[in-house]
Amino acid sequence: MRYLLDFLIFPGFLFTAIVGLVASWVDRKLTARIQWRKGPPFLQPFYDILKLLGKEVIVPEGSKGTGFLTAPLIGLAGVTLVSTILWGANLWEKAFVGDLIVVIYLLTLPSLAVILGGAASGNPISGLGASREMKLLLAYELPFLLAIATAIVKLGGSLRLTDYTETLVVGNVSGIIAFVVTLLCAQAKLGLVPFDIPEAEQEIMGGPLIEYSGAPLAAFKLTKAMMLFVLPMFLITVFLGGVHLQGIHILWGILKYVGILVVVVLLRNTNPRLRIDQAVRWFWGPWTVLALVGVVLALLGY
Amino acid sequence: MSIFTKALKKSIWVYHVAASPCNNCDIEILDLLTPRFDVERFGILLVGSPRHADALLITGYVNRQVAPRVIEVYKQTPKPCVVFAVGACACSMGIFAKSYNAAGPLDKLIRSVDPNALIVYVPGCPPKPEAIISAVVKAISAL
Repeated sequence: MRYLLDFLIFPGFLFTAIVGLVASWVDRKLTARIQWRKGPPFLQPFYDILKLLGKEVIVPEGSKGTGFLTAPLIGLAGVTLVSTILWGANLWEKAFVGDLIVVIYLLTLPSLAVILGGAASGNPISGLGASREMKLLLAYELPFLLAIATAIVKLGGSLRLTDYTETLVVGNVSGIIAFVVTLLCAQAKLGLVPFDIPEAEQEIMGGPLIEYSGAPLAAFKLTKAMMLFVLPMFLITVFLGGVHLQGIHILWGILKYVGILVVVVLLRNTNPRLRIDQAVRWFWGPWTVLALVGVVLALLGY
Repeated sequence: MSIFTKALKKSIWVYHVAASPCNNCDIEILDLLTPRFDVERFGILLVGSPRHADALLITGYVNRQVAPRVIEVYKQTPKPCVVFAVGACACSMGIFAKSYNAAGPLDKLIRSVDPNALIVYVPGCPPKPEAIISAVVKAISAL
C-alpha cells in the first residue's frame, strides 16, 4: 500500500508529472525569450496534455496495435519508477544494493519505448526515426556509463544511491570531467536540440511519433516532460550531493536543479542539429576518450 | 462544455496543407510564427504530422492532383478538428474558378467526406497575419 502511494502520488507519478510539466514550461518560455518572443502562458503544457487526452485515438491500419498502444506506457512507467527510487534515496534514505544500476537501466526505458512505438506504427518515416533513436542510444550509453563508472570508482565501488547523496563527487578534476560528459549525454537522452535527430521535425516530421494521436501522444509528451525533471535529479543525486530537506538545503537543491535546467535549455537554443553519423562519431570518439581519461584520473586519485 | 474542449481552445496545433497555392498565403502563415506575431502566446504551434494537429491551414485552389490528398489528410486528422480555408483561392477558388484542372472549392470537398466539418473562411489575397489571428479567435468561439 505504502509503495503504491509512493509510486502514484508523492515522489512518483503525480508529483513528477506536475514538476516536469512546469519544467517544460520553463524550457518553452526561456526559448521564447531567447528568440525575442513573449512565450506561452504558465499553464500551457497542462492544456496541451489535457487537450491530447480528449482527442480521438487513431490506430493506423498497418500498425501492430498492441505494441503501438503499450509502448508509451512502458516509458511512462520507467520514468515514474526512476523518480520514486531517486526521491526515496534522497529524502528517506531508502536504498538497496545496486539501485544505481537499476536506475541506469530504467533510464533507457523511455528511449526503448520510442523505438518500440516507432517500429510498431508501420510508417516508413517512423521506422527511420526509430532506427536513428537506436543508433543514438548505442552512441551515448558508452560515455554515459563510463562517466558513472568514474563516480563509482570515486565512491570506492559503492552501488547504493544513499552513499552518493552524502558526498560531492564533482570535488576534483575527474569528477568535473565526468559531470560535463554526463550533462551532454543527458541532452541526448532528453532528445533536445543538438541531438534531436530521431524526431527532427523539419526533416522526418516527428519521427517515431508521427502516427501517434490523442492519449498515447499525451503519454509520450508527458514522459518527455518528466524526463526533463528526472534526469537532472539523477545527475544531482550522483554528482552534486543530492537534495536534502533540512533548512537551507532545500534552497540548495532547487538551485542545483534550476542551474542544470538552464544549462540544458541554453545548449538547446544555441546549437544546430547534428546528423546521426556526426553524433555517433562524436560520442564514440572524443567524448568516450574524455570519459576514459576521467576514469583513469579517478583510479589514480585525482 | 467539457474540460477537453476548454483545453483545446487554449492549445491549437496547426498543420499546414499546401493545396496548390501560389505561396503568397504560405508566406503570410510563416509570418505568423515570427517573433513579431508570436502565436505561441495563445498556445498555437506548427506541427509536422496531421495526426498531431487540431487545425488544418489549407491554402490554394485545390487542383485535381492534390484533391484526393487533401481529403486523405483531413481523414487522418484526429477529430475534433477545424479547417481553415486561408486566402481567396481556398475560400472560393479566386481567379482559378474556371480553370480546367480545378477540382472544386475546398469546402465542398471537405463536406463530401464529413458534412459536419467546421470550416473557417479567411478571405484576402493574401490575408494579413492579423486576419488569420482574428479567424482563429472566431473559430475558438465557435468550437
